[in-house]
Amino acid sequence: MRHAVAPAQNVENNSIAVTDLFKICNHCERLSKKDLGVRIPRPLGNGPSRFIPEKEILQVSKVDSRTQSIFEDAFAALGRLDNISLVMGFHPQYLESFLRTQHYLLQMDGPLPLHYRHYIGIMAAARHQCSYLVNLHVNDFLQVGGDAKWLNGLGEAPQKLQQLGELNKILAHRPWLITKEHMEALLKAEEHSWSLAELIHAVVLLTHYHSLASFTFGCGITPEIHCDGGHTFRPPSLSQYCVCDIANGNGHANQHDDQLCDQDMCGEVEVLMERMKQLQECRDDEEASQEEMATRFEREKTESMLVVTSEDEECVPSRDISRHFEDPSYGYKDFSRRGEHVPTFRAQDYSWEDHGYSLVNRLYPDVGQMLDEKFQMAYNLTYNTMATHKDVDTSMLRRAIWNYIHCMFGIRYDDYDYGEINQLLDRSFKIYIKTMVCSPEKTTKRMYESFWRQFQHSEKVHVNLLLMEARMQAELLYALRAITRYMT
Amino acid sequence: MEKMSRVTTALSSNTISGKTMFCHLDAPANAISVCRDASQVVVAGRNIFKIYTIEEEQFVEKLNLRVGRKPSLNFSCADVMWHQMEENLLATAATNGAVVTWNLGKPSRNKQDQLFTEHKRTVNKVCFHPTEVYMLLSGSQDGLMKCFDLRKKESVSTFSGQSESVRDVQFSMKDFTFAASFENGNVQLWDIRRPDRYERMFTAHTGPVFCCDWHPDDRGWLATGGRDKMVKVWDMTTNRAKEIYCVQTIASVARVKWRPEKRFHLATCSMMVDHNIYVWDIRRPFIPFATFEEHKDVTTGIVWRHQHDPDFLLSGSKDSTLYQHMFKDATRPVDKANPEGLCFGLMGDLAFAAKESLINSDTNRKPYAGGDRRNPLFFFKKTDPTEQFAHVSSALTIYETDFDSNHMDWFVSTAQRYLLSGKPFAELCDHNAKVARELKRPQVSTTWTMLRIMFSDPANLPAAGLNHSLSKLGSLPLMNSFSLKDSGLGTESRLERSKGDNRQDNIHLEAGNSHISNNNEENEETEGSDGPAECMFGDAELDDDDLYSMDHENQAEEQEYTLPQEGFQLRHEIVDNPSAPEHFQQDKADSPHVSGNEAEVPCLTPIESFSLISISQPLFTHHLPASFFCPIVREMLSYYAEQGDVQMAVSVLIVLGEKIRKEIDDLTQEHWYMSYIDMLQRFELWNVSNEVIKLSTCSAITCLNQTSTTLHINCSNCKRPMSSKGWMCDRCHQCASICAVCHHVVKGLFVWCQGCSHGGHLEHIMNWLKSSAHCPAGCGHLCEYT
Repeated sequence: MRHAVAPAQNVENNSIAVTDLFKICNHCERLSKKDLGVRIPRPLGNGPSRFIPEKEILQVSKVDSRTQSIFEDAFAALGRLDNISLVMGFHPQYLESFLRTQHYLLQMDGPLPLHYRHYIGIMAAARHQCSYLVNLHVNDFLQVGGDAKWLNGLGEAPQKLQQLGELNKILAHRPWLITKEHMEALLKAEEHSWSLAELIHAVVLLTHYHSLASFTFGCGITPEIHCDGGHTFRPPSLSQYCVCDIANGNGHANQHDDQLCDQDMCGEVEVLMERMKQLQECRDDEEASQEEMATRFEREKTESMLVVTSEDEECVPSRDISRHFEDPSYGYKDFSRRGEHVPTFRAQDYSWEDHGYSLVNRLYPDVGQMLDEKFQMAYNLTYNTMATHKDVDTSMLRRAIWNYIHCMFGIRYDDYDYGEINQLLDRSFKIYIKTMVCSPEKTTKRMYESFWRQFQHSEKVHVNLLLMEARMQAELLYALRAITRYMT
Repeated sequence: MEKMSRVTTALSSNTISGKTMFCHLDAPANAISVCRDASQVVVAGRNIFKIYTIEEEQFVEKLNLRVGRKPSLNFSCADVMWHQMEENLLATAATNGAVVTWNLGKPSRNKQDQLFTEHKRTVNKVCFHPTEVYMLLSGSQDGLMKCFDLRKKESVSTFSGQSESVRDVQFSMKDFTFAASFENGNVQLWDIRRPDRYERMFTAHTGPVFCCDWHPDDRGWLATGGRDKMVKVWDMTTNRAKEIYCVQTIASVARVKWRPEKRFHLATCSMMVDHNIYVWDIRRPFIPFATFEEHKDVTTGIVWRHQHDPDFLLSGSKDSTLYQHMFKDATRPVDKANPEGLCFGLMGDLAFAAKESLINSDTNRKPYAGGDRRNPLFFFKKTDPTEQFAHVSSALTIYETDFDSNHMDWFVSTAQRYLLSGKPFAELCDHNAKVARELKRPQVSTTWTMLRIMFSDPANLPAAGLNHSLSKLGSLPLMNSFSLKDSGLGTESRLERSKGDNRQDNIHLEAGNSHISNNNEENEETEGSDGPAECMFGDAELDDDDLYSMDHENQAEEQEYTLPQEGFQLRHEIVDNPSAPEHFQQDKADSPHVSGNEAEVPCLTPIESFSLISISQPLFTHHLPASFFCPIVREMLSYYAEQGDVQMAVSVLIVLGEKIRKEIDDLTQEHWYMSYIDMLQRFELWNVSNEVIKLSTCSAITCLNQTSTTLHINCSNCKRPMSSKGWMCDRCHQCASICAVCHHVVKGLFVWCQGCSHGGHLEHIMNWLKSSAHCPAGCGHLCEYT
């Protein structure tokens, strides 16, 4: 019954600051303190997401045959069907591509040993204090024969993995600072050095899990039953959740909100569509000067820095997760405070399609192809609908979201008018994007609900997929560019 | 105006001369283009847009087109093209989607002429029509191609590829067609007069097609290069575009340009990682015809300086340099490549390929006793006078080994019959010794026996036998033996010997000995070579004797097979009744005649050394620790391996296991294992090879068993491939593999009859077929299980 004690301690430094759940958390805390040690595990989670009501999410038994077979495959490969897959089940085409890539990265032939892969996943997820992913991979890590001692902290892991900590840190929060010197330090470290192929594998894993952490928080993924229920062996202190978080995420509170906002935000979708239409039409007429375009990008970039990410500023990462990485205070937030300038990265000079792909595929065959398909899938996915409207060309909106995220990382497309972003993405949406991409652990249910209120949950998940892939590509581009520079 | 006048007057000389030279640019270049008379080159990039004149010795900056304090994005060029008819006209493609034309004849500093901002995304390519002065074509990321008439303010027609981003557009030389290559791997052919739909489309590459180029002679040949690292040449004159040549490069192909005046040559540069420029002869796609290796970062633009001069290539690069390459200065990888090929066949045949001239000129070639077959192959049917490859035809010679002398049967049966695990150490050794003996390989057999003696329990050591040998031999004076020995082996070994270091001595003996025997006999199966190895086991120094007796066999070749045979029978007794020395003794007793015959070196000495050792033997205790022998065994193994008998080395390695493993470094072990496994697999001894892999302790070897373990099967119901699970079909949702005996799903080993394709659990089928001859499914087929 080790797990029974642990949650009680953890409630105090619970990193998920869900304000509207806070009272209940306190309540829980009191309760649990009273019953210390004798708490009986309750039925966990009403569905895979705290943000999305369970009834909205596809039932495994009721999905169409395609999704069904994807779920079956996932189950066959992993022996489980995790909540992430269930939520992604809204978009089966994407899910298929996602699972194939993830399976290849973790299970198939590759330069890194299996337990390294999971450990890197843990490191990356821990950077964002994503206990969901950490728990998941702690189990996997032990299952493939990883040394449980490593889980006590990065200090216990081999030197080689420790060296990756720095890259992990920068990549997660300020990827534009990565230089070829960082790569050199990893590649030329005597007996602890990484080979190029290993490094590429590690980089892909790191970026995959950074962005997956964004998705996890962005969609409020609830912990797996076996992770929190303690049915499997794992260091008990890793369980991060107060049960009430999970139990309360769904159900009545939600419906209440929906009704409110329906009246409130009537016509939001229409306004957005109108704007898109306008942009489409008048783009040819009013030609902004080049300087204007440049300033628009800079403005958007700077503004994105200043978007306040969270109401709760004083969130310190809990000790349990933070032991997987060093320097827990290092984050995107510090950076924007100091008002440093993000250097501009020209997408035309180093693009995924031309350069990144070639490099990855050269050093880690097939993965370039899979990532390429996944990026394209995420970028091009559309059902031509917006909320209740049908036959809408959403490409403009998708491009705005994608480019806005890249803009936050300083990646600029010469052929994009960044003025469009301001037209299409409202403030609450920007806050959500910003939070999810830069400090996902601060995403709250309120944020999730406050943007695009009339849109369906599946569309919000779609947005999350876009965010996740755009972020992954941005990080990858910086890392790969550094590797390319090292190689030349 | 001044500049302009110079620009126009510069087109004077028709003869082009120059040397390999370069100049530094201020910024990385994205593309370059030359004017028609080859006197000037324009370099365009994100932060650079300049014209250089090409002079005899250097590049001279002529004009900076990037003007203004804060240049707009229109100057940020992805591509540039110089009009081939109008000297003053340039066009650029900007990363922000603008297509700009520049008129060098303008008096102002800003030469910008027209600006088309019709594309929504980055324009990747601009192209002037080669003969129509005012026609300009552009291809953009937004998937559109636009044709502009420079006399008008906007495009005259728009071509929608209906697929992805356009990466390259190229006008055909003569007519009105143009080719467009796309990011999704397609190439489309359009008629410029018909913007409604393309004439033809085909998929050229997997992944983006970065570039295409029409052959300068109007032959309908189109070269394409893609991210899939391929350059393909298509014949467009037929109904279907036909791939006629394909060159595999080592990195994604960014640009491709046909070499002027050379029908089969084209130049490529890559998008990533590889900085060189290659010139290929497409008929010889495996090695570049010439390489330019000057650039330090990826080459982004290549262009032949003059459209009728094949010797000058200009290139711009991300490393901010502009180069002129002289063809005569190019590296020719062919020259460095080894033009001879040599390969051993499984049975010891030797194939040798070399350029024909070399073979013909080789008058010293002796006819070989065995079947000698020459088999010349010609890579090219006819030598083209324009060919510049050094040698175009090679001759392949195959030397077959003598049929009876070099059978590999022993290898196969040894591999099959050796026991490597599953029994106590001593039994394994004995068994293997027996196998070797039956195959008439006495040394190997002795080796096994010695190994058993050395590494078995000391209690089992045949101490009695040793004594026996001593007594039998009588005693030769120690000193005597020394002196005799010296005469044979020279001072060095004498020194060793006088130190009384017996083992060292043995090794020396071995070295000298094998040397001699090799000289004496070219025979591959030199039995003498095994002798030294045995001598290393010399715990009981009798080995020396054995060794030399072997040598004798060699020298007297007739006896080669008879002698060891004799030895074997004796040895067999040894095994039962540990009296190894005795046998040696006898052996020795037989050999004197040999030693007498061959008064040379090796035969005399052994006798002496034998006696010496047998006397010195009491110096050692009988119970030496096994580790004592490790160095000797190590050398023995290396010796076998070097002799080519890697089978022995690996077998001993496996049987001895922990006893010897630490003595030999991992890389060597791995090397041995790999060689042996390779041999086994070439002999199709899959089971043995698998056993060896399984028993090996090198991680690099054991993991061989874990690669490529996927077995692809089709569903028995719908005949489609089953992708995810072996027992359940995705499509027809039926359990595909049901055991015909127990009617349950088979999830592990599934065995089926190749006649009626029914089957099931391995065990069930085995049992069934024991009692019945018919198929368990009741189909009436007479199944067979072997």
